[in-house]
Amino acid sequence: MLALQILIDGFAISSLYAVGAIGFTLIFGVSGVLNLSHGAIMAVAAIIAWYVAGDLGAGSYGGALAGIATGLALSLVTYGLVVRPIQSSRTIAHEEKEIFVLTSTLLWGLMLQVLVAYIFTDNPKTVQPLVSGVVEILGVRTPRNEIFTAILSWAAIGLLWQLVHRTRAGKSLLAASINPRGLALLGFELSNIYLLVWVIYGVLAGLAGVLLGMFLGVSSDNAGTLTASAFSIVVLGGLGSVTGSLIAAYVVGYLETVTAYLVSPSIRTVPVLLLLVLVVYLRPQGLLGRR
Amino acid sequence: MKSRVARLALVALAILAILPFGVSGYVLGLLTLAFYYGVCAMAWDLLFGFAGEVNFGPSFLMGLGAYAAALLNHYAGWPIPACLVAGAVAAVAGGAVLAVPALKLHGPYFGLVTLVAVLLLQNFIVLFAGITGGEIGLDLPDVLSVSDRINYWYALGFMAVSGAILFGLSRSMVGLILQACGQDATEAAALGFNVAKHKLAAFCVSALFSGLAGAMLIFYMGTASVGTTVDIGVGVQIIIAAVLGGRRTILGAAIGSIFLIVAGEILRPLGQLSSFVVSGIALVVILFFQGGFLGAALAAEARK
Repeated sequence: MLALQILIDGFAISSLYAVGAIGFTLIFGVSGVLNLSHGAIMAVAAIIAWYVAGDLGAGSYGGALAGIATGLALSLVTYGLVVRPIQSSRTIAHEEKEIFVLTSTLLWGLMLQVLVAYIFTDNPKTVQPLVSGVVEILGVRTPRNEIFTAILSWAAIGLLWQLVHRTRAGKSLLAASINPRGLALLGFELSNIYLLVWVIYGVLAGLAGVLLGMFLGVSSDNAGTLTASAFSIVVLGGLGSVTGSLIAAYVVGYLETVTAYLVSPSIRTVPVLLLLVLVVYLRPQGLLGRR
Repeated sequence: MKSRVARLALVALAILAILPFGVSGYVLGLLTLAFYYGVCAMAWDLLFGFAGEVNFGPSFLMGLGAYAAALLNHYAGWPIPACLVAGAVAAVAGGAVLAVPALKLHGPYFGLVTLVAVLLLQNFIVLFAGITGGEIGLDLPDVLSVSDRINYWYALGFMAVSGAILFGLSRSMVGLILQACGQDATEAAALGFNVAKHKLAAFCVSALFSGLAGAMLIFYMGTASVGTTVDIGVGVQIIIAAVLGGRRTILGAAIGSIFLIVAGEILRPLGQLSSFVVSGIALVVILFFQGGFLGAALAAEARK
């Protein structure tokens, strides 16, 4: 009974983590950028969805769309205002750009977090679920929205897979993650590919934020933890490896759920952090990463 | 230029030293805090600016020092000087345990390990709340002094000595080698320098001063709490201070730290928005004036 409960809850939360982390890993794979404002973008998307669905009375679908749009808009602003100026800067030495991107996206995330806490307070907010009601799966009462979350997450992942493997733009994106310089030599405009990857990232981060807001509720204070958990998933799976991130999302999701149910919800993240330290020391390239 | 910087620093120190005769205890309290965080920011700059390793966990080292000292004082009743030494030792030991394996890693991996270290320490302190006081904090039987002025002078003296040592180190042979390791580790190794050993040394020095600053800070405050020593937010403040003041300058980090505390105070009427504005300023500096305050001043000096 408890095992089944863990299995179901863990599956839903893991699917959601996977959606959040895939965008994060795509950006790293294609442009070498680790976006530390990730958690803040997710949290803001969820809070806007909550506001539009509730206070503005647009209903749960309107709210979810607004949340995804927010994720997309914030992603483009992050790229245009914070990451791109550093990438194209002539005064920053090439080997220092990574550090500059890390520090400035961290600051940018902090600004988003404080701003949204100022406007909407930092109380946790639960976004209206898209579908209501509960069903019994072999005796475990499960909210319908939890099942819907898993389905929606996998639909998004499936669509992304189609995009990357079936369309021309997607294939060039895949090629860029393997060898950006080779692609540039073939005459592809890398900046267009960067833009595409930030658009994909924005939609995925927005979706993940909204779904998380429905499932667990989100407060602006969660931004740091959300970034850390996406970072952990991506490192565990291997930086830049999408399949690795998918597997790692399930490892992290289930480890957290098992800890929360069997030990205590308050130390939910501790085993993941310990595992992460171990992986980084023993196999820094992660499960499926390239060196 | 070197002697000029030293002379300016001495003048600034002299002005700061006689400040207690002119301003209120409240202002002194703010500056005392700024000095302790300033030491952490300078120690961070040695590792980041010179060795090129981005350490997201300055508050891990500070927290280790603070809590080691606090526990010994609270439970074993050790006198303050012994606790300070123990705090510094704990930070170096913890830092070494963290750094020895982590220094084999580069860039984002090193950053991640340091970030995770902070989260783990914070989780453990909250988890063992019965011993550590958890989120409420651990009160200490001893304090450095009850006088604002004496506390201020302790902090100022501590910052001046640490600043002098760290600045001297950064301008020495070791500082140059560290800088070489940070910019091109392969070439530095090819020239015969032991990159890992130098980075480890930088990490330990950084840990020593951070731990000591953490331990001094709690004996000034009278309590050890997560919010003032371990929290990620504290680490971010330290990083912002170092970057704002100017990387690779050491002394700039102290200026950045004082600026942050003063700016936060001036912007206090804005409430929560004040940290939005401060982060915004820091972001603009990083994007457009990479040298920071001191870097900009030195560049203007060089043009003359």
